[in-house]
Parts: sequence; structure tokens; C-alpha cells
Amino acid sequence: MLVFPKGELVEFTAIMGSLQSQVAQTDPFGEFSWILNILFYVVFIAFIFYGQRIQMYVMLREVEGSLFKLKYIKDEGRKTAIETIKEIGKPQTDPTARVDRFLEFFTLPPQSLDPAGIVWKLEHILDVRDVRLKDEVKLMAPSADDTQTNNLENTLEVAMTLNFIYKVIRHYYLLGKKTLSLYVIMQIQMILPLIMREAEAYASALKAFAYGQPIGDGAGSLVAAKLMHGHEIRKIPKDNVAATVPMEGRTAYVIKAEGPGGNVGKTGDAVKTVIEENEGKIATVIMIDAAMKLEGEEVGEIAEGVGAVIGGPGVDQFKIEETILKYHIPINGIVVKEDIGDNVAPMRKEIFDAVDKAVERVKQVILERTKEGDKVIIVGVGNTTGIAQ
Amino acid sequence: MAKPPANNTATKVSSFVLMIIFVTLALSLIALILAITAFSYGNEVVAGYLLLIGFLGVALSTYVLFQTRRRIMRLKIEIPPINTTVECPKCGTKTVREFQRGDYIFKELGPCQKCNDKMLITAIYREVKEKPGTQSPLR
Repeated sequence: MLVFPKGELVEFTAIMGSLQSQVAQTDPFGEFSWILNILFYVVFIAFIFYGQRIQMYVMLREVEGSLFKLKYIKDEGRKTAIETIKEIGKPQTDPTARVDRFLEFFTLPPQSLDPAGIVWKLEHILDVRDVRLKDEVKLMAPSADDTQTNNLENTLEVAMTLNFIYKVIRHYYLLGKKTLSLYVIMQIQMILPLIMREAEAYASALKAFAYGQPIGDGAGSLVAAKLMHGHEIRKIPKDNVAATVPMEGRTAYVIKAEGPGGNVGKTGDAVKTVIEENEGKIATVIMIDAAMKLEGEEVGEIAEGVGAVIGGPGVDQFKIEETILKYHIPINGIVVKEDIGDNVAPMRKEIFDAVDKAVERVKQVILERTKEGDKVIIVGVGNTTGIAQ
Repeated sequence: MAKPPANNTATKVSSFVLMIIFVTLALSLIALILAITAFSYGNEVVAGYLLLIGFLGVALSTYVLFQTRRRIMRLKIEIPPINTTVECPKCGTKTVREFQRGDYIFKELGPCQKCNDKMLITAIYREVKEKPGTQSPLR
């Protein structure tokens, strides 16, 4: 029995019974429809108050899934590096502990508060790093030759990059979980697809470096290799080779990093050396490199422009620009377009085919931009793993 | 490299998730049975709703189950086959074979079977087959 404010006494079961019969006439679920209504309101109210939190958990779950994948890739990278060192380097002791130490290796860039002279400081730090890494690899793999040492160094660097990516994502994931901050989680969740693409690209680079296969980044090197093959090769600083090639009535000095080991060389020093050998009497410098394509562009597309087309930390680009400015030498660039995934993965057939087109484009630039009897420098930029000369 | 290790935590599926999937599947099947019963009693509207709920539940739980399986399958680093082209610079004889460790472009190999000149590796590449439907019409 219920007592209403006006003092009416109404039997509760009677009211509910009449309500139910009314509902049953209009609703297919009959007597259960009020449960559905309550359920609907509960869900509605829960979403009003906890919507953001639910969204956050969904995002965290997504990041967690990718993090597991990153962990798998990182572990595979470490495993591949250790296996390759054991196979090639034939070390006396187990290299696992040394590899684990190497994976945590860091390089601190120079202080940029006073930017004057920063390029030379950066170059010095990169040189120290390079020597240190090579020494570490030689200690880990004493039986490896120079080519294998370079390939092992690249393999370890890829494993190091994968380890770093995993740790950064894990940091933001755990930070987001700890603080339950939507914005921390959102940031990482939004850029995650791009990071995963990069990590997957590095994963395929692991085997490429371990086996010494040419990678997409080597497109520029391959152009130079094709131009210099069959001509006398000489070594020039640092870790580069050059050949004097007669081309369309001109003399071309073709430069590339010394292969077939994984190596990019110090292109800035090489260009400077050749220009100074010729007392600055160079009609033009043509640089060829692989470049990131935009979505929608074809892999292997060739584009032409001006400027020093070279990636990396910027030291080599700076040196080339300094030298050509000193002697007022025009500089042309040719790029082979490719995806981030193709850049470090084994070379795609489309890129390999584009190399021949790039060679033709180089010849066209020489014909259009120089006169007969001129001297030109052709620089093939990129990692020369799996590409000899 | 291609197969994930059995004890990898990344390949494990949460037993809680599996439990939810199977409970949903069981409830959906019950809904389908109830739909048949309701239909036999002549309550066609209720039978229709139950049928809809049942099918939706079955579809949803199977989809989630397959997605969980796909997550495990995705955890593989796919290594595409790499081809090496070996060419004779003199007679032009060309063979394409699988990449072998130690191969590099412009590596000199054994003598050519036709002209006895030294064979040369002229190309090392991988072929990527674009999945149908992945190419954008905005090219």
C-alpha cells in the first residue's frame, strides 16, 4: 500500500499491473520494457559522466596493442643483432650483455645557446660516436671484415632505434595510465600510426643490414655506382670513392660512399676534396639522393631541382654549401621518391628501375647545364649497403 | 623471424576477453532459440526482435574473436623474397635467383656457361605486389 500526499491509499501492485498491461499493448517487449528504459537511462547517464574516461580506456587499449607489437619488433631486433654477431663475428664470449649495453647507447647533441660553430661541434661528436660504435662492433665481432663490420654497425643501430621507439611509447603509455590525462594519451594515440609505420620499416631493415642487401636509401649510391663501374676507382676522404668518367664530352668526377658495406661516408669532405683538387674549376655539382614521397606520389618518381640534396644531421650539407659558395659553383639535385618504409627496407624493383631513369636525367642535366670540356661532380648520396662500385 | 615465439606476452589473448566473447556468443544463441520458441507461440514481433539480437550478438562475437586472432597473426615481421639478377656482360645471359648471403651489386661470380666470361650481379631487389583497392584514384 502506498500513501499519497493527498491521503489517498492506492495499492502498488494494482498500479504496476495496469501500467504493465498498458505498456504490453503498445510495446513488443511487454512487461520487460521498463527494464530496457532503465537500462537506457543508466547507459545515457554513465556516458554523460564517464564518457571521457571510457574514451580514454579505449585509447589506452589501442596504444597497449601497438606497444605489444613494438615490443615484439624490438625483441626481434635484439635477437637478430645477437644472432648475426655470433654468426659473422665468431666471438669468444657471449655478446648478449654487450649488445644490451649497446642498445642503451646515446649521443648528446651540442649545446645550441650560442649557435656559432655548432656544425663543427656536431661533426666532432658524430665522429666520436662513429669511432666508438665501430670499436664496440669490433670487440663484439672480432672475425668480421670491414664490410661486415659496417653491416653489423647498421644492424645494431636499427636495433637501437627500435629499442628507443619502444621505450618512448611505453613511457607515454605508462604516464597516461598513471596520470589518467586524456591529453597525454591522446597525443601518443594520434601519432601512433606514423610511428608504427616507421617501426615496421626499421624491422624490415634489420635483415637487409644483417645480410647486406641494398636498401631504398641507396638509390643515389646506385646511380653513382652505375656511372663509375668499369672505371678506375680511388679512395677519397672519408669512407668515399671517386672515379673520373668521360661523359658527353665532359669530365665527370663521380663520388659515392665506399661499398658494399653499410656506409654513408662523409660526402661533404669528399665534395670539398674534389673541388679543391680542381682549384674550384667545376662547372656544376649534381647530387642524387632518395627522398620521401608524399602520399599519392608514385614510388620511384624522379624529381629535379637545385640545392644540396642530402639528409642526415646537416653537417655534410653545410660543408657542401660552404665549398660551392666559396667557388660560386651551381648545384643541381635529382631525387628518387620513395616511402619511409621503402627507405630502409630492401630496395624495391620500382626504385631499382628508377635508377636507370635517374642516370639518364643526370646526363640530360650535364648536356643542358654545361659545355663540352667542362668538369662536373656527380655525387650519389645514400647508404651503400649491398652496392659495390 | 617469421614465427612469433610461443611464450611471447604480445601473442597472448586475455582470458577475460575470451570469456566475454564466449558469454556473448552463448547469450546470442539463447536469443535465437527463444526467437524460435516465440515464433512457435505466434508472437512474431518478439521473435523478430530476438532474432535480430541473436544474429547481431553472433556476428559481433565472431568478429571480435577473428580480430583477436588477426592481432596475433599481425605480430610477424614479413620478409619479402629478395631477387638477385646475375648477368654476363659479354653475351648478355641473364638469370634471376633468390638472394644469397654475400651477394652485392657488381660482385663478380663464376664463369658464364655460354661464353666463359665472368658473370656479374647487376641487380638485387624485392618485388612488392600492391594489394587490390589500395591505390588511390587521386593520382
